[in-house]
Amino acid sequence: MRKPLKHLLALSGTLFALTAQANTELTVYTALEAEDLQKYAERFNQDHPEITIKWVRDSTGIITARLLAEKDNPRADAVWGLAGTSLMLLQQQGLLEGYAPKGVEQLNPLYRDKQNPPQWVGMDAWMAAICFNTVEAKKHNLTPPTSWQDLTKPEYQNHIVMPHPASSGTGYLDVSAWLQTFGEDKGWAYMDGLHQNIKSYTHSGSKPCKMAASGEAAIGISFAFRGAREKENGAPLELIFPSEGLGWEMEAAAIIKGKQSDAAKTLLDWAVSEKANQLYNEGYAIVAMPGVAKPVKHFPAEPEKLLIKNDFTWAAANRERILSQWQSRYEGKAEAQ
Amino acid sequence: MTVSATALPPARWALTAWQRERLRWALWLVAALGLFAVLLLGPLYSLLSKSVADGNGAFVGLANFEAYFASGGIARGLSHSLWIASASTVIVVSLAFASAWALTRTRLPLRGGIQALLMLPILAPSLLPALSLIYLFGEQGIFKSWLGETSIYGPLGIVLGSCFWTFPHALMILITAMRHADARHYEAAEVLRASSLRTFFTVTLPGARYGLVSAAFVVFILVFTDFGVPKVIGGNYEVLATDIYKQVIGQQKFEMGAVISVLLLLPALLAFVADRWVQRKQAASLTARAVPYQPKANLRRELTGAALLTPVLGFIGLVIGMAIYASLVRYWPYNLELSLRNYEFGRMDGGGWTAYGNSLTLAALTMLVGTAVVFFNAWLSERTPQPKPLLALFQLCSLLPLAVPGLTLGLAYIFFFNHPSNPLNGLYGSMAILVLCTVAHFYSVAHLTALTALKQLDHEFEAVGQSLRASRWRMLRQITLPLSAPALLDIALYLFVNAMTTVSAVIFLYGPDTALAAVAVLNMDEAGDTAPAAAMAVTIMATCLLAKLLHGALSAWLSRHTQHWRGGR
Repeated sequence: MRKPLKHLLALSGTLFALTAQANTELTVYTALEAEDLQKYAERFNQDHPEITIKWVRDSTGIITARLLAEKDNPRADAVWGLAGTSLMLLQQQGLLEGYAPKGVEQLNPLYRDKQNPPQWVGMDAWMAAICFNTVEAKKHNLTPPTSWQDLTKPEYQNHIVMPHPASSGTGYLDVSAWLQTFGEDKGWAYMDGLHQNIKSYTHSGSKPCKMAASGEAAIGISFAFRGAREKENGAPLELIFPSEGLGWEMEAAAIIKGKQSDAAKTLLDWAVSEKANQLYNEGYAIVAMPGVAKPVKHFPAEPEKLLIKNDFTWAAANRERILSQWQSRYEGKAEAQ
Repeated sequence: MTVSATALPPARWALTAWQRERLRWALWLVAALGLFAVLLLGPLYSLLSKSVADGNGAFVGLANFEAYFASGGIARGLSHSLWIASASTVIVVSLAFASAWALTRTRLPLRGGIQALLMLPILAPSLLPALSLIYLFGEQGIFKSWLGETSIYGPLGIVLGSCFWTFPHALMILITAMRHADARHYEAAEVLRASSLRTFFTVTLPGARYGLVSAAFVVFILVFTDFGVPKVIGGNYEVLATDIYKQVIGQQKFEMGAVISVLLLLPALLAFVADRWVQRKQAASLTARAVPYQPKANLRRELTGAALLTPVLGFIGLVIGMAIYASLVRYWPYNLELSLRNYEFGRMDGGGWTAYGNSLTLAALTMLVGTAVVFFNAWLSERTPQPKPLLALFQLCSLLPLAVPGLTLGLAYIFFFNHPSNPLNGLYGSMAILVLCTVAHFYSVAHLTALTALKQLDHEFEAVGQSLRASRWRMLRQITLPLSAPALLDIALYLFVNAMTTVSAVIFLYGPDTALAAVAVLNMDEAGDTAPAAAMAVTIMATCLLAKLLHGALSAWLSRHTQHWRGGR
């Protein structure tokens, strides 16, 4: 009598577990490219069909602001594909749950949080680049620059757009990278020179490259991924990777604290896997797992060698000071001409 | 003394029937104010209170304000904002008044069609004019030479863009103000042999005074608080409103965003004071004895009207036409081949059509809920006896949303509705919260339209109703509603199209299942898919145009069936 009952119980238990799993919905906040969302979810579902990803996607600034504003009552279960610096900000506010995904030790140590268990794990990196419009350059007789310093040459006056560092993470990335590469004094002197050539500061990081792509400016300081995309769409762009080295930023994933979702852990486990890294490599030249990345069209052959040693902690700690100095130096003068 | 006291009826505290009725109406208005408390004041408080707290929520007094003023550039930003807003107001109100005059005081053919065309800017997501202006006057623009040395990226671009999108707001208020005129005034002017110019200044203009002031404040505040246009086309010309974007989106400093929001609210308070002032002087223009004005055919007037309308129509047509072209072109400006490929939203991941469906649902619900709430509240405040202080508070609340930038409202909704101890937090992430937020966001102009329409109805209607012992409810149903039907339709359309195109507040509130088309437009553009973004924006515009045509047909039907009594001879 007891044995069948036991079987029955076990069976119903399994059934329950199965149906419960089949219905797991996971709310994931992301700043990934909208057109990539379906691809990312499909690849993940190949291994974990039982979890349905419910995306909330927007630009980095909006998603970060939403996550912070929802702090008292988080709605996201996990974050997959948001700037590392944004996740560090969430970490400071105590919003992230520590979890060591299976296989996290295989990632490049730069691409995971130092804490144990790590509160976020890196996925891939994107890097600064100059989008150079060859058609407009010909019109205005501009030679392609090869370094950041080149951009201060008088010939580029009024031809350069870059993101406003107080509005755009990419803009701040550039500024903090110059200060780290050239040192503070020379860095500011460099920006003084660059400011003379700036046509306008934009409010989004991809805008300068888009302006270069549509001929609204000859030169846009932006990031490589956007440039490659525009080039693919048919823009007469050349991507230039300045010789002094490139600022860079990673995309990362994390679990939001307080949700205790097993599905979120499953997602993170998958997000550090080799298969996931191959997926990242379809758009990004540098990924978190060493040895996986294959060359990507329009990107340089060994992109890692071009990156500066970016000190994210320093950049975050000094952000307020740098921004206020930047604004007092360049905002007032912006329309003096 | 004692004698008279004892002579008083014994039940001194019992209310007379009249007092009871007043109390009942006052309670209704209190309920309306309760709605404002939930939809507007509560959320705003939860955000604006951050302006006196530090990043961790500790009270710091006015330290944030000091820090903001000390950071410099405020005076510059403020003077830029004031200049942009004033210039746009003068241009928009003059043009909108001229257009409203041409549409209501002449017998130009195709007036309905012309009005639909003039409303086009409000039917399009904000990306369209921005894109158009750049394609028209930018570095590669086909008319760049017109601007000479001046760049479109700067004050010129901001004023052009702002005029474009605020024009329909002003037009809607002014048409409502001028639609019902009393023919007897014009007959009197004719009998007195007043010149047409004198008639204009003594009859037409005073009749539209309330609408003119409302329109001016609406445009001023809309431009003053908008950061969408300056963000895209402002170049290095800094205005106050873009600072919110820098602080909140760029640096996630909510407390500084709250500081700027508080500063941006100040003009709304000014508008409120002005509104009270003008309102005192406004008499009903449509008295119970009014004879509806029908413009007579007059070639000179028609020609004047056409001349006034042409430049406005031309500019709107140019901008919209360029936007449609932008949605068809392969890769501006280097591959000008045309194709319909950009309209294949199914090809686009991110669920183009799903988002479009969500937007339609949002727009329909906002229209139904919003029109009912706005009109009922306006009726309560205008056509029922109300205590003065309550009325003033209500007026303030209904004008407040105008001065709240969408971004501020969206964030405020997160803080308020997502709070763990808010019993309504289940709404967060649902379609319901998008509807509520959108109704609150666009409340003011809808309210002003309802109010303008209601003000034109003579209070004698109620007096007569009362003497016939008809309840006010019955008056509302049988007299006020049918009389206000054109304004009701206008409000419904206004809410529908704004819900279709709005981005700034809902971008913080949509959930995984409620992504919206207008947000998708921004995201596609951000991702470099400019032409598909333009295509989606054109699709939204076409939908709104369809709504507008439906609105036109309904209006025509209504005027045949409910307004023929106006002809009442």
